[in-house]
Order: sequence, then structure tokens, then C-alpha cells
Amino acid sequence: MSEPLLQAVDLQCERDERILFRGLSFSILPGTVTRVEGPNGSGKTTLLRMLAGLNDAWSGSLLWCGKPRSGQREEFLRNTLYLGHRPGIKPLLTPMENLRALTAGRRPLPDPVLRQALDGTGLKGFQDVPCRNLSAGQQRRVALARLLIADEPLWLLDEVFTAIDSGGVSAIEDLLQQRAAEGGAVVVTTHHDLTLPGMQRIVLGGGATNEC
Amino acid sequence: MNADCRPALTLRQDTVGSLAAMQAVFARDMQVAFRQRQDLLNPLLFFVMVVTLFPLGVSPEVSFLREAGAGILWVAALLSVLLSLDHLFRHDFDDGTLEQLVLQPQPLFLLVLAKTAAHWVLTGLPLVVLTPVLGVMVHLDGNSIGVLCLTLLIGTPVLSLIGSIGAALTLGLRSAGVLLSLLIIPLYIPVLIFGTGTVASAAEGAPVGAYLALMGAFLVLALTLAPFASAAALRISLSNG
Repeated sequence: MSEPLLQAVDLQCERDERILFRGLSFSILPGTVTRVEGPNGSGKTTLLRMLAGLNDAWSGSLLWCGKPRSGQREEFLRNTLYLGHRPGIKPLLTPMENLRALTAGRRPLPDPVLRQALDGTGLKGFQDVPCRNLSAGQQRRVALARLLIADEPLWLLDEVFTAIDSGGVSAIEDLLQQRAAEGGAVVVTTHHDLTLPGMQRIVLGGGATNEC
Repeated sequence: MNADCRPALTLRQDTVGSLAAMQAVFARDMQVAFRQRQDLLNPLLFFVMVVTLFPLGVSPEVSFLREAGAGILWVAALLSVLLSLDHLFRHDFDDGTLEQLVLQPQPLFLLVLAKTAAHWVLTGLPLVVLTPVLGVMVHLDGNSIGVLCLTLLIGTPVLSLIGSIGAALTLGLRSAGVLLSLLIIPLYIPVLIFGTGTVASAAEGAPVGAYLALMGAFLVLALTLAPFASAAALRISLSNG
């Protein structure tokens, strides 16, 4: 798999009559980590939501495995994992129930595997406590547990380091690096100073119409 | 974080079937609802209150209630479904589970249908179950109560299905309540007219087959079209989010 998983050609996005970026082209290759950076409001989250298929208000073209993505939506969704600002965790359910519900529509896994994944994110002993009783960082960790069991080749991660302690941050960095070594592709947006060997950067907010 | 439980990395060609995914969505909605039981009671309580207050406010006479009873029950059921609609996608939108739902590889309209089904089981169905009790309270005769229950059984899923379109469309707005009512009420009117018309016709001893067939047609129409519209509306709402 050396051809790009996802290829963006001449992307342009406008929001509230302000051009966030134009003429943006890049390729996401298997086995790479790509960091999207830029100041607040430069469109990092918007770009990631476009890549994930949540935002349709853009022009340009996105190719999945060399072919236009619009014609193969199901193949794309099957192979992409998106973690957003909002972690997708139900406060009323326990971490176990949340993880079970999130994986049920993609790849159901037996409970011991899910439990082990939660252990792996440092939630040992909290698996059966309702998520609303957990801290913000712990709730993020429930969402991050998905990364430990995910087999999707492409990960789109929006601000993964938010509310995570320093130990967790370095564990995630290791995980991303290991993921890339295994041949997965990762796109992250972050303000955290993330530097990994061979990391690709997409810098937003350098456009002429940029105003703050 | 250790990651020894991960399989090898290849593009996946298969995924969970639509039916299994729908079941999972339905089960999760049920689980969440039963964790917060007071939210389940709200529409029911509203339904019971409106129906009990009506005789007190207008007239407790048997002849009036017998004539107006079916209409009161239908209007109360309609409004109580309308009140519960805002919750259909709102919590999921706020906590991000809706994004994950939209990004599931299965067709979105089927997943929306599963969510709407859960909504009906949690709001519409309990109303139907309560109807005989309230029907007796407003002096409806046995035959009318039976027909009323039947019309509500066919009609409340239609209300949930049509309502899901409005709930999905108004998701990104801050004051969604008013707009939701304005959008949805006109679409509810035919269901209300035929629902109460069926009971009125049954009370006069006329055959109700044609009325019920029309209501069945409403249900089929809503079942086949509403999930598509809701799914499209959800995409639009999330696209702006």
C-alpha cells in the first residue's frame, strides 16, 4: 500500500464569507503522521471534518485510494476512524457500555477485549462508573480507548491531547508513532507541540485573507 | 497505552450488517432512556394532565365528553409527542455521538429509522397503553376506545417519523422549539383529522375500514420517506456544526 489513502486536490473552504483556505493539496500516505497546524480559527477542525465527510461545504476534490470519494462513501467510512472535539461519549452510560455501543456498528468485539482497552488507557476500576462521574480527561480517555482496538487504516483525530495529562500525552505520541510504523495513516490537529520523525505538516492560516 | 490486541492493517471490505447496527442503535437509546427515567415520564404526565384538566376546564358533562373525548385524547397525544421531539437528536448532537452515527458505514436512513423506532417505543407506545384508562375517564364506550387505541397505534409512529425530520432540521439552531412546532404541526394535521374522524365514524356505527386504510397509508408513506429526509437533514445540520 504505497499509493495515498486520501488525496486532497485544490481544496477551498469558505466560512461566514471568509476564505479559510484555498488551493490546498496534500496526500495522506499509509505509514505517516500528518499534523494540521495553525492559529485558532484558521480552519483546522473544519478541514478535519471535511476529510471525515461531516462537512460538505467545500470545493475541490478528495480522492480515496485514487478514486473520487463521493462514489465510494461506504468504503471510505468503513476504513476511517474520526474522533472529534466532542468525544461521542454518553454521560449516562458507563465506559464499557459506551465503548460497546461505539464499536457495535463497526466491528463488535468481545467484552474482555474492550475491558483490556479501557485498562490500557488508565481507566482500570472505572469501567462500570457512569461517565458523567468521570473527569473531562477520563472521558476523553474513554474515546481514546477506541484507538487501541481500532483497525481502520485512516485515523482523523481532532485535538486528541485536550484534557490529557502529560503521561497520557506521551503515551498517545507513542501510539501514533507505533501506528504509523504498522502502516496506518494518522491526521491530527493539535496545539500541543507534537514532533514525530517523518511527520508531515499542513499549515493553515497563511492566506492573504486571514484576519484575526 | 499498550496495543497488543490490534489486528493487522489492511483495507476492510466487509462491515457490520445494517440490521445488527440498527439493533445496536436501538439498544443504546433504550439503555440511555432507562438511565434517566424522569424524562420518560414527562410526555406521559403531560398527556394525563391535559386529558384530566379538560373536563375541569370546559365541562364535565357526559354528553360533551363523549363527543369531544377522542379529539382531546388525540390532541393531547400529538402535543406530548411534539414536546418530546427536541430530545430525539439533541443530546446525541451535544455529546458527539451523532457525528459517530453519521460516520458509520451503514446507510444513515436505516440508523435514523432505528432511533425513531426507539423514540416511538419510549413515547408513543406508552401513550397508546394509557389511552384505554383515559378513554373510560372521558366516558367513551368500549368500541370507541378500541378504535381510538388502534388509530393511535397507527398514528403515533407517523408523528414520530414526521417529527424526526423537523428535529433533524432544527438541530443546529439555538431556539429550535418554536420553529420545530411551526414546521411540524401542519404535517400533523392530516393525521389528526383522520385519527379523530375514524373514532367519530365508529361512534356513529359507520364502518371504519376506509379510514384505517388511509391511516395505514400515512404510516407506510412516513416509514418509507421520512427516514431519508431526516438523514439528509442531519447531514446538513452537522455540516454547519
